[in-house]
Amino acid sequence: MASTLHHAHNGRPAEAAHPSCRHEDAADRVRASVDAVYRTDSRRVLATLIRLLGDFDLAEEALHEAFTAAIEQWARHGMPTNPRAWLISTGRFKAIDGLRRRARGDAALPALALHLATSTGGAEACDDKRIEDDQLRLIFTCCHPALAPEAQVAMTLREVCGLTTEEIARAFLTKPPTVAQRIVRAKAKIRAVRIPYEVPSEADLPDRLDAVLRVVYLVFNEGYAASSGESLTRHDLSSEAIRLGRLLIALLPEPEALGLLALMLLHDSRRAARTSPTGELVLLDEQDRSRWHQDQIAEGTALVTRALASRRIGPYTLQAAIAAVHAQAPHAAATDWAQIVALYDLLMQADPSPVVELNRAVAVAMRDGPLAGLLLIDAILARGDLGRYHLVYAARADLCRRLGRTAEACASYAQALRLTQQEPERRFLTRRLAELSDQAG
Amino acid sequence: MQYLVLIYVDERALSERERQACYAASAQLAHAIKASGQILAANPLHPTTMATTVRMRDGKRFVTDGPFAETREQLGG
Repeated sequence: MASTLHHAHNGRPAEAAHPSCRHEDAADRVRASVDAVYRTDSRRVLATLIRLLGDFDLAEEALHEAFTAAIEQWARHGMPTNPRAWLISTGRFKAIDGLRRRARGDAALPALALHLATSTGGAEACDDKRIEDDQLRLIFTCCHPALAPEAQVAMTLREVCGLTTEEIARAFLTKPPTVAQRIVRAKAKIRAVRIPYEVPSEADLPDRLDAVLRVVYLVFNEGYAASSGESLTRHDLSSEAIRLGRLLIALLPEPEALGLLALMLLHDSRRAARTSPTGELVLLDEQDRSRWHQDQIAEGTALVTRALASRRIGPYTLQAAIAAVHAQAPHAAATDWAQIVALYDLLMQADPSPVVELNRAVAVAMRDGPLAGLLLIDAILARGDLGRYHLVYAARADLCRRLGRTAEACASYAQALRLTQQEPERRFLTRRLAELSDQAG
Repeated sequence: MQYLVLIYVDERALSERERQACYAASAQLAHAIKASGQILAANPLHPTTMATTVRMRDGKRFVTDGPFAETREQLGG
């Protein structure tokens, strides 16, 4: 079955058999270039193959076969001038061949193979504009409202970003079989209810764009702060989210799409400064601001300015504006916390949530002192919200620490430690706890 | 008098074998009552994985984490 084949190989080119040792260097070189093309182009090729073949599993199988063929043929004949177009047409022919071979037992297949062989698949299927559109078709299909929100995220990461089932499971604290099942079901549903492979019409766009933006936001968030594992950030996820954000604004320069891209660029600009050479997390106060990525800050600031000028200001634009205030401060003490609190007030109106409320409380603490922030945080906890969210305890612990309430601070740090699964965060919290215990002792 | 009969079961409650046995028994019953003219039509429903859940517009945002520097980078954790 196609999906089994796909999961077993994960769509990646199979190991090339080396005919002899003499050819090993050349074979390695070809393999390296096939790998490079795989990294940059495999998702684009897949998106177009899904359009040409009309089926996810068929397209994934064709993608796999095209890359396997590339290893053999590029070694013999050299790299084609347009590898992407070569892969698309090779994948398409392999799929048609496969259908014809399997056709013996199934009367419907030859008709499909004939249809595929005669339908558009020539040069016009491979021009850059159409390939970009195919990527958008793929994103909108993966984020279709008929699919459950968790399925939307899993499908986008799998099909659009090319992450493995294991990587998706790790990113969202679930088991690989659960992710695999979500994907299988989502594909079955796409087929059963005939979800069209298209960018929605203008009338449907605002609603549909919401779902897509939320998925991109979640993918970015996992890259900005990994929910588990060895590293604080996941560059693969944040850069994929930024790539998708760029694709979206090229098609739809909607204010919230601009706001989301701005938000991602502004947060990502600090990535290098947020982790020490030994992998420890570095707080805003201590970050070397000369390592903040100025190109991303300039681009993000320009985008957020554009989004704000639209006067249709949504939650992503407001979050981007908050990030822009941080980016503009030449040093930590110069941060305009009053401005940040004012923006959080607006965000609480646009998109109220306990997580937003918690971050507003931190900004209030920075403006008015730790006690003011602590009262707000305790009110959130008293309401029964965020009880399993480690950051609420970490924030509470730090404010208690600043107030000299050592015992309370220790208790909250311990609580935060129990709830986090990310190593740099664990080490940070453990360090803070040890410092406080030393003082207390 | 005509009746519409809806049968609900937990899809996961039956093993594959029990499911097959249930299908066989109910198909037999359906044939029997069709032959005697007591049944007009019978159709299976789609499994729940094919269902579309309609969410309220206001309820559509579930609480999610987000990239907020205030908690993560100002106070840390």
